[in-house]
Amino acid sequence: MKLRLWQKVLIYTLLLAVSLTTLLPFLWMVLTSFKPESEVTNLSPVPKNWSPGNYGEVSTAAPFFGRYYLNSLFVAAWVTFLTVLTSSMAAYAFARLRWPGRNVVFTMYLATMMIPGVVTMIPNFAIMVKLHLLDSYAGLIIPAAFSAFGTFMLRQFMLGIPRALDEASVIDGASAWTVFADVILPLTRPGLITLGIFTFMGNYGSLFWPLVMVKSESMRTLPVGLLQFDSAYNKATHLMMSASVMSLVPPLLLFIVGQKYLVKGIQLGAVKG
Amino acid sequence: MIGTKSSTGVRVAQGTKPRRPIRSDLLMAILFLAPNLLGFLIFTAGPVVVSLITSFTDRSLLTPDYQYVGLRNYSDMVHDALFWTYFVNTAYFFIGLPFSMAASLFLAVLLHQGLRGSSAFRVMLYLPSFTAGVALMIMWKQLLNPDYGAINAGLRSLFGLLGMNVELPQWLNSTNNLLALNPEKVAIDTNQFGLGARDAIIFMGTWTAIGGGNMLLYLAALSNVPEELGEAASLDGASGWQKFKSVTWPQLAPTTFFIVIMSFIGGFQGGFDTAKVMTGGGPASTTTTLAYHIYQKAFEQFQVGYASAVSWALFAIVFAITIVNWKFGNKEDLVS
Repeated sequence: MKLRLWQKVLIYTLLLAVSLTTLLPFLWMVLTSFKPESEVTNLSPVPKNWSPGNYGEVSTAAPFFGRYYLNSLFVAAWVTFLTVLTSSMAAYAFARLRWPGRNVVFTMYLATMMIPGVVTMIPNFAIMVKLHLLDSYAGLIIPAAFSAFGTFMLRQFMLGIPRALDEASVIDGASAWTVFADVILPLTRPGLITLGIFTFMGNYGSLFWPLVMVKSESMRTLPVGLLQFDSAYNKATHLMMSASVMSLVPPLLLFIVGQKYLVKGIQLGAVKG
Repeated sequence: MIGTKSSTGVRVAQGTKPRRPIRSDLLMAILFLAPNLLGFLIFTAGPVVVSLITSFTDRSLLTPDYQYVGLRNYSDMVHDALFWTYFVNTAYFFIGLPFSMAASLFLAVLLHQGLRGSSAFRVMLYLPSFTAGVALMIMWKQLLNPDYGAINAGLRSLFGLLGMNVELPQWLNSTNNLLALNPEKVAIDTNQFGLGARDAIIFMGTWTAIGGGNMLLYLAALSNVPEELGEAASLDGASGWQKFKSVTWPQLAPTTFFIVIMSFIGGFQGGFDTAKVMTGGGPASTTTTLAYHIYQKAFEQFQVGYASAVSWALFAIVFAITIVNWKFGNKEDLVS
């Protein structure tokens, strides 16, 4: 179907209008992060005197800000690595290996995907207390490193890989590990990357678990740190915005690098129900 | 929903005699499964059981001793007027859903026209939902500030230009709401009509979600609508809108159903981050959702027995919705 010119103009106008609405708050945030304190309540969003020093001032006001940053990246990176590793291994067992009870165990995995996180949160907290892992990296990382959803998603992905490919290697005498690492994993790469991005983002942004786990200032992740910073400095809009902008840099980079995997991933995620 | 493509292997086993004997890969399977299964048992399956047992106790985080109290937590819960208020608070957020979904669908239709630059727009629109989190909530808190926030500043100058004198919404500081609900009990109170904290959160949520996953799902669904259907309708002289209504919309039904179900499941569990970051659950508890209530009970008042009971009530709600999904949802359409 051919679109007429006026239709094209209309579509572009609408898309542009919505995109602007989407981007304006981000623009406001960035501009405000460069305002000196005296201009924060000014109506004009553009600073008269640019004040890049705000960014340095954040670490004066919150001396551990850099540490929050490192904590967040460190924890999210480990959670991502472990989740992708354990999920892909389990997915391989479900998609390619034959063993009694496979369907029962898999159904159990599926069933638990709809259990609200708050149900398991309290016992998990008790486990962490028992293991003396409160306020530790292990306590932030380990409970988050196993994903039923990731297993499910990668299993679906692996089912789409023609069996002939790995059967050939099996006939050649390759071990299950070789088939997994050399045949299946490379072919599952887009799925691994998608799961990796979502896991990273989910963990980087998570607030609930770090909030109950972290006691000392030096162990805070960015969301917890930002929250505390906000309750102490919420009148200092310019500093809050500098801190927020800084915390958005890693997601933005990931977004730019990984955006082509995201669309497919969301659509794959639709099978989650 | 469990894929059928793979079952060839199983079928061989059940059908005619296989050429080579099927050996079970049990040992290998255990090795591959162990890390994930161990984590799954320790951090999901085990805690589910423990949580259920805890919900029948008066357990507190402050003392090691506890007693079984039968169903007392559950009966306390249903007799607590606040529980129902929090339930209504949680449900209130769904009034934004039809608008947010309609907007996502509208954008998907625009992007589906395949004009040059569509993918760039798609990327831009996806940005808020990708970066959603504490930082953006802090940003919205500043934008929504009734005195110096950018939103009221904009409204003030807009109404100023129009020569109107309108009382501006107090947003996060106000218990007003569009359904005129009383903040203290489940009742209507016309004085409460207006825009308040819950509506502000709905605006923020809509802004975040509009170009996110739902739009991408609709976009995928639109590309699966057979083009011949639309062409046939065009030949019959159908207008664009008629074509959408009688051809496209019915074809999108499974996707719409899926989005509604997932939004309900997510929505009933939601509201913790916004309450913690933006409102503290206030004003007058109007933004305290069930999830935030559970957090407060467990980690601020340390009544983990009671909190577990409420979390199982939440589970029951989510479970009921999932059953509806299984019963009425066309699963094959969802997977494709």
